[in-house]
Amino acid sequence: METREHIYLDNAASSWPKPESVIRAVELTLREAAANPGRSGHSLSVEAARIISDARSEAAAFFGVADPLRIVFTKNATESLNIVINGLLRPGDHVITSRMEHNSVMRPLNAARERGISISSVRCSRTGELDPDDVRKAVTKDTRLVVLTHASNVTGTIMPVAEVGAITRGEGIPFCVDAAQSAGCLPIDVDAMNIDLLAFTGHKALYGPQGTGGLFIRGGLEAEISPLVMGGTGSASEHEEQPLFMPDKYESGTPNTAGIAGLLEGGRFVSSQGIASIRDHEMALASVLLEGLDGIPGVRVHGPAEPEKRIPVVSFTVDGMDASEVAYRLDDGCGIMVRPGLHCAPSAHRTLGTFPGGTVRFGFGFFNTAEQVRTALEAVSSIVNKP
Amino acid sequence: MNRAGRSVILFESVSSALHAEKILKAGGIAHKIIPVPKHISSDCGVCIRVEGEYLEQAGRALEGKVRVLGVRQLPEAKGR
Repeated sequence: METREHIYLDNAASSWPKPESVIRAVELTLREAAANPGRSGHSLSVEAARIISDARSEAAAFFGVADPLRIVFTKNATESLNIVINGLLRPGDHVITSRMEHNSVMRPLNAARERGISISSVRCSRTGELDPDDVRKAVTKDTRLVVLTHASNVTGTIMPVAEVGAITRGEGIPFCVDAAQSAGCLPIDVDAMNIDLLAFTGHKALYGPQGTGGLFIRGGLEAEISPLVMGGTGSASEHEEQPLFMPDKYESGTPNTAGIAGLLEGGRFVSSQGIASIRDHEMALASVLLEGLDGIPGVRVHGPAEPEKRIPVVSFTVDGMDASEVAYRLDDGCGIMVRPGLHCAPSAHRTLGTFPGGTVRFGFGFFNTAEQVRTALEAVSSIVNKP
Repeated sequence: MNRAGRSVILFESVSSALHAEKILKAGGIAHKIIPVPKHISSDCGVCIRVEGEYLEQAGRALEGKVRVLGVRQLPEAKGR
């Protein structure tokens, strides 16, 4: 088999490669500070706890959160969303969401339906765009939560989070944002955007390891959200009941200290490069791809035509060819790694009209180059021309 | 330094104690993270020890930023 360069364009699923500083931090933690953080009081345990404390402060600063103790570490955005959906909603409550959501929102919501919770899924356009006014119209006296993705993992469509936040703030309804795709990619300020609950993952645009993520909980809401997992926290050990204070209420069991050390460095990497500069680079790549795909007959790009309305995620279909076939040929023939199918978001694909066949998705990251995009375009063109 | 005036500041959790540590560090207030003395609590966590002369300053720095569970003076004879 000939050797060839692999081109990784699946950053929307998990960013790769990771910055050297992230890899070094994980290794250094395992070598030098892998005690149980804050459980034992000795110096190595405090050192491990300090890593987590630094990561908490970094995450808080990243999202404009004044008090770092409002940040809970979880294993991913999915766990964070499950804490909110399972912990906050009670029978009789009503929830508003969109028709562009990932299954990390839809599955726990549909399970909540079984417990007597009603759901309104606000329609989105064929490009995945949402009209904030439709959220306002869906509000009832029982609405207890609005949960919305910040950016679609299928089309990259950026949702009007700040506009929806203004509505939920006015109505006094908690607003939960799924920032799995956007954290590290778009600026997020929980106060300016009126976000009450922010679910983020570490392994995508924050360039941390898999198995790291978190949840911001606005002050006071923790009194209304039951924890998903209970157990040892290293605090209030004389009590056999779960502590009620932040963040321990939601952080039971030994955390992923080495992973969180990597997440801390990933956050620092993004901060040092600057979100705006990373976005400029990634959007330049996405624009080259969008323009190039537009010129290939039989290729249909989904999502908003204007690049500024997206994160660097581009989904397309090829007339008369399965998405999985295109992705397989990109990988097998050209070493280009992308993600075909439904992207764990059947609702979004129904909105786009691409259910059940799905799309081929390209997701760019900091380490991709214009040369890689040109190679990918040539590959798509050749696959389309030689079915 | 006069050890008689040593106190420990107690917090809800290790996360709170370490957040307090950052605030004291930023404010240039001398302090030390130590395990919670067993005669104060059987908890497995840590607390912050400060010399008496810095206690008030530390209290002011933490006010409104971290929840302090209590302050206990350490017995003279036992030193650290």
